[in-house]
Amino acid sequence: MDYELLKVIWWVLIGVLLIGFAVTDGFDMGVTALLKVIGRTDSERRVMLNTVGPHWDGNQVWFITAGGAIFAAWPVVYAVAFSGFYWALLLVLFAMFFRPVGFEYRSKMENDRWRNMWDWGLTIGGAVPALVFGVAFGNLLLGVPFELDAFMRSTYTGSFWALLNPFALVAGLVSLLMLCMHGATYLQMRTAGELHDRTRKVAALLAVVVAALFALAGIWLYAGIDGYVITDSVSVGGVMTPLDKTVAVQEGAWLANYSKYPLMMLAPLVAFAGLALTLLMSLANRGALAFVASSLAVTGIILTAGFSLFPFVMPSSLNPSHSLTAWDVVSSHKTLGIMFWVAMIFVPLVLSYTAWGYYKMRGRLTTDFIENNKYSTY
Amino acid sequence: MISENLVDLSRLQFAITAFYHFLFVPLTLGLSFILAIMESAFVMTGKQVYQDMVKFWGKLFGINFALGVTTGLTMEFQFGTNWAYYSHYVGDIFGAPLAIEGLMAFFLESTFIGLFFFGWDRLTRVQHLMVTWLVAIGSNMSALWILIANGWMQNPVGAEFNYQTMRMEMTSFSELIFNPVAQVKFVHTVSAGYVTGAMFVLAISAYYMLKKRDLPFARRSFAIAASFGFASIMSVILLGDESGYEIGDVQKTKLAAIEAEWDTHEPPAAFTLIGLPNEETMETDYAIKIPAVLGLIATRSTTEEVTGIKDLLVEHEERVRRGIEAYALLERMRGGDKADDVVAAFDALKDDLGYGLLLKKYTNNVVDATEEQIKQAARDTIPKVAPMFWTFRIMVGLGFAMFILIGLSFWYSIHHNVEQKRWLLKALIIFLPAPWISCEMGWFVAEFGRQPWSIGEVLPTHLAVSTRSVEDLYMSLAGFIGLYTLLLIAEMYLMIRFARLGPSSLHTGRYHFEQQASAGAAATQPAQAVKDPA
Repeated sequence: MDYELLKVIWWVLIGVLLIGFAVTDGFDMGVTALLKVIGRTDSERRVMLNTVGPHWDGNQVWFITAGGAIFAAWPVVYAVAFSGFYWALLLVLFAMFFRPVGFEYRSKMENDRWRNMWDWGLTIGGAVPALVFGVAFGNLLLGVPFELDAFMRSTYTGSFWALLNPFALVAGLVSLLMLCMHGATYLQMRTAGELHDRTRKVAALLAVVVAALFALAGIWLYAGIDGYVITDSVSVGGVMTPLDKTVAVQEGAWLANYSKYPLMMLAPLVAFAGLALTLLMSLANRGALAFVASSLAVTGIILTAGFSLFPFVMPSSLNPSHSLTAWDVVSSHKTLGIMFWVAMIFVPLVLSYTAWGYYKMRGRLTTDFIENNKYSTY
Repeated sequence: MISENLVDLSRLQFAITAFYHFLFVPLTLGLSFILAIMESAFVMTGKQVYQDMVKFWGKLFGINFALGVTTGLTMEFQFGTNWAYYSHYVGDIFGAPLAIEGLMAFFLESTFIGLFFFGWDRLTRVQHLMVTWLVAIGSNMSALWILIANGWMQNPVGAEFNYQTMRMEMTSFSELIFNPVAQVKFVHTVSAGYVTGAMFVLAISAYYMLKKRDLPFARRSFAIAASFGFASIMSVILLGDESGYEIGDVQKTKLAAIEAEWDTHEPPAAFTLIGLPNEETMETDYAIKIPAVLGLIATRSTTEEVTGIKDLLVEHEERVRRGIEAYALLERMRGGDKADDVVAAFDALKDDLGYGLLLKKYTNNVVDATEEQIKQAARDTIPKVAPMFWTFRIMVGLGFAMFILIGLSFWYSIHHNVEQKRWLLKALIIFLPAPWISCEMGWFVAEFGRQPWSIGEVLPTHLAVSTRSVEDLYMSLAGFIGLYTLLLIAEMYLMIRFARLGPSSLHTGRYHFEQQASAGAAATQPAQAVKDPA
């Protein structure tokens, strides 16, 4: 396979892993973020936790694998983004610490303070990463203040607080509320009774709010945010580093892809259609279909962000020509090729045994079930 | 130039988070197989006690596993946050095993661990048994890929420097996988994990035996752990990874430091059992030596030499000088002079580029290094001998102590009289921390002994760090230590509580505290232990 094609394939594969993460781990993060919002009693909260109990750990591996894949296929991005967004990433990590222990330890003691403490931990573990990922994406669209020296060492000159600008916060809210909606549709499918009714209302409400915020972010991007373009003719199929091109900042450049490749318009359309269907299916009490619709919405929203940036991955506001793009952050031709085949073999395998796991654990959980199995469930 | 403080703090943070992670990993590696063996016994015999064993030890497994997952997250992302230049410089080859670990092993382990805990009523017996085995296989494959990555840091085969991209790039995937250092390390490390799992089950079962409760449960657990543990400790010792220390220059240097082998001796070299290594005089004071043993262990022969530190120093100084030339050529090429003869000259010297980069600690230009700086850079290539010498001996000493304890446990267990050997049961409890101490000492030897390199002979540690401020590091370090301490307290609290409670925590009505409770209820005595923990 030629190098240029592999570069595009790896952009797609990393997109697949990130979407896989948002669609799977996203719903369990949504569930725990809503733990104290929807769950009124201890038994209800336990029902919520146990709907994701057998799955959250496997879901979380999408996040870990996305990290590993970026390391292997886009080492420059792994280096520059993770060290630049140091505090944002540590915040995500610190918040995520509370997930495995929260799930596993919470119900091991019959003590209200103990359980309440871990419930807060789980809430943070779901909400904070969801928010920060959106904020990070918002900042990618705005450009990030970093540059590289001749030996490819990167320096980031921004601060953590600068990440929390208005546009990025809107992006963060889109991400947080989108995953909460996603979690609510999952709960809709897996719970019964009063709790179930509440999840339907929350999912329907959030679908409307997310649609409004997503539209707001789109208008903001169109009207107020400059994009980046590569201005010299680089041969994208060759060996390149981020130092080998010239980039300019241009008004409206983030929307240029949609006129260049009209098919990309499908991404925002799928996002809005997914949100509308989430609303309708929740109102119609069709939990499984609401979850499918919500998964489509999540996919569409992430793809919209990715398509707007393409081929950029992390534009540099400090020195635009040092921006990271899908053409110049990649590993060698050989590594991309090997890792492509690894992904082709293992991603389908993972999907099939994950599906088997979900199939085996299907069905609605009730508070009665929790009370009858209180020593063997979360 | 990069501040020494930043480098030291970044190293400290990595060391603390890695040591902490490895408090949980070995138990996962070992206990997962013990669970699979117990469940196999259940499926084959149909005896309820074996299923109770899987569920109870599975509970403790879960308490430990949660922190293993938590701390593992840090390991995956810390290369990027704190070792950004490292990530850029070697991501092309080092990232591959990490990504494969996720896809091939971690998904397997994590997907099936959920079914292990929640699938008892949803799966057939055979399906559940399969799930348990897949958890064990997944966690051990995870270790394989991580150790392939780590083995490559010690002995970086199958990669070459590319001056255009300023990084190491993969030349051979199979050399990466079949790196002999990685293979030896894998067997040694997972076996040490199995010993940890076995010691854990032995010590806690010994506690029940000393308390004379739940004896059939404790006896069966003890017997399985003793036989599994005995096979594992034999593997740790016989396949001890000292055999890997003759492969590659960094490993040779490490061996010389571990053994305080200052001079190269006539083969086969003597083994210094104990003594006081003296860095000043480059001698080991009061050394007690056993003839020929080191040569046999390290080279598996009586004729090959074990290279001493003094000779390594001479070799390394030569390489620093060649490294300076390589660096000068690299700068010319980066500046745009890509004439064939420049590239050819660089290619001839590029294996020594890493040694040239060692000088970056002293002078940013490298080429203007003074004689004294060159000598200092060469001296930097030898890790401090005393810490290596002692940590290695603590690891090996505890290893032999466990060999004796597990051996005796196995012997008395097959002769059905282990309950009478109360001294042995007590010793097992006292030695419960031994496998963890040994494992951590082993990692200290492997990683401290790799210094000054982050990638052996390729990338010095002080160049590998991210460009962050010292304040960032103080704050993140405080965050890690604070959170990890809180989590460890919660973990130890639950672990001790459930270990004390034993299989009664399953609430089946078949075990000690519940029977005591029903007897106690008749005698109107409150039974404290059953009341609070779930």
